[in-house]
Amino acid sequence: MSAFSALIARELKLAFRAGGEALVLVLFFVMVGVIVPFAIGPDRPMLTRLSPGIVWIAAFLSTLLGLDRLFRADDEDGSLTLLRHSALPLEAIVFGKLIAHWLVTAVPLLLATPVLALLLSMSFEQWGRCALALLIGTPALTAFGAIGAAVTVGLRRGGLVAPVLILPLAIPVMIFGVGMMDPMTGGGATLFLLALSLVVTAFSPFAAALALRAAGE
Amino acid sequence: MSVTAVKQPNWFSRLAHPGQFLSWSRYFVWPLAILTAIGFAVGLWFAFFASPEDYQMGDMVRVMYIHVPNAWLSMLVYGTMAVSALGSLVWRHPLADVANKAAAPLGAVFTAITLFTGALWGRPTWGTFWEWDGRMTSELVLLLIYLGIIALWRSFDDQSKAGRIVAIVTLVGAINIPVIHYSVEWWNTLHQGATVFTASGPRLPGSMLVALLTMLLAFTLFFALLQIVRMRTEILRRRAETMSRQAALKGVAA
Repeated sequence: MSAFSALIARELKLAFRAGGEALVLVLFFVMVGVIVPFAIGPDRPMLTRLSPGIVWIAAFLSTLLGLDRLFRADDEDGSLTLLRHSALPLEAIVFGKLIAHWLVTAVPLLLATPVLALLLSMSFEQWGRCALALLIGTPALTAFGAIGAAVTVGLRRGGLVAPVLILPLAIPVMIFGVGMMDPMTGGGATLFLLALSLVVTAFSPFAAALALRAAGE
Repeated sequence: MSVTAVKQPNWFSRLAHPGQFLSWSRYFVWPLAILTAIGFAVGLWFAFFASPEDYQMGDMVRVMYIHVPNAWLSMLVYGTMAVSALGSLVWRHPLADVANKAAAPLGAVFTAITLFTGALWGRPTWGTFWEWDGRMTSELVLLLIYLGIIALWRSFDDQSKAGRIVAIVTLVGAINIPVIHYSVEWWNTLHQGATVFTASGPRLPGSMLVALLTMLLAFTLFFALLQIVRMRTEILRRRAETMSRQAALKGVAA
């Protein structure tokens, strides 16, 4: 097993064994969808109309909530220092952790979308577009989040700063993600979202690794 | 002598050394302050008395002389911060960190003034304080980015460590700001046709242009002045902190 896949396997193991929070995040994602009807009323046509926005807000919030576990635990128990001295470059390590984090936090969200689709009375077609948009858009969210998590890793009170830094930067993801669910503009938005996801995922390991090095000095 | 064997730093790095900066920037503060005051005096005189009313907006057009310079500064300050971020990351320059830290609140204030005067201007002319127009929304997001950077600066105990990390965020933001701007514009045309900002800008009569350019110059000088004063304050604050630590150490030893 190569070092890269071993790293991903380690991350997955850590996430699903005791103390893993992956399922709690899914629960949070569904809960955000559940409380919205209480806030705006159980009007089904209106819920259908608002559902793309609600799903994306829920995805944003649960991604931001999960950010803190990306590097913090490794920094606290010292394994981040070990990883920095491994044969793999730090950029590759960050990329591996990013993939593992996406698998643990974003894929469960995708699996939970049918529940939200039912609750928010989305049509089958709408649900399909929504799941596809989340599939394309969540890598960008996770990648932006990795920068935020890396930048705040050395802070004792960093938990709140990372979301505040990342939210404005991630606005384009939200715009194109919701735009993708609109049948009129879906095509262009899909391409933009794909491009954004690819660029941010390629770019973020370098920025995050730079920040981790600066924090570790 | 061994002293002469040490390579003399070039004029640029000597200029940028914190101690050197303190000594040469002292001579800039008062001249800049006087120039800024003259600029504002002339600019405001042009803006209030020597420029015509707009045939549609009347006196409201005079908001422009505050609004446009601040909008320009909201972007210039971020540019300054991005350049200083490069300075911190590439040359690890302590003065670049100081410049970034000094500029962030200034940028936030200029951006907030832009939004505020824009709202005051928008109410009588478009009938609304706020419109989700592409440019306004980008400016709002820029304000949020500034506030995030300030929050990041404030959350570090050790300011010397914060410099490089904030620099990374500043650069990521600098790359991302055009993306945000174009995506917001795309989003806006998606939801509603262009409404208010369609005109490519009014043809300004000469007296208005003179007033606007003078105010632009005055505000830019104002920014330069505040930036230098804030950088000096920050350097002195860091020195005071170091001195108080040394004093505390001595107190323990004695």
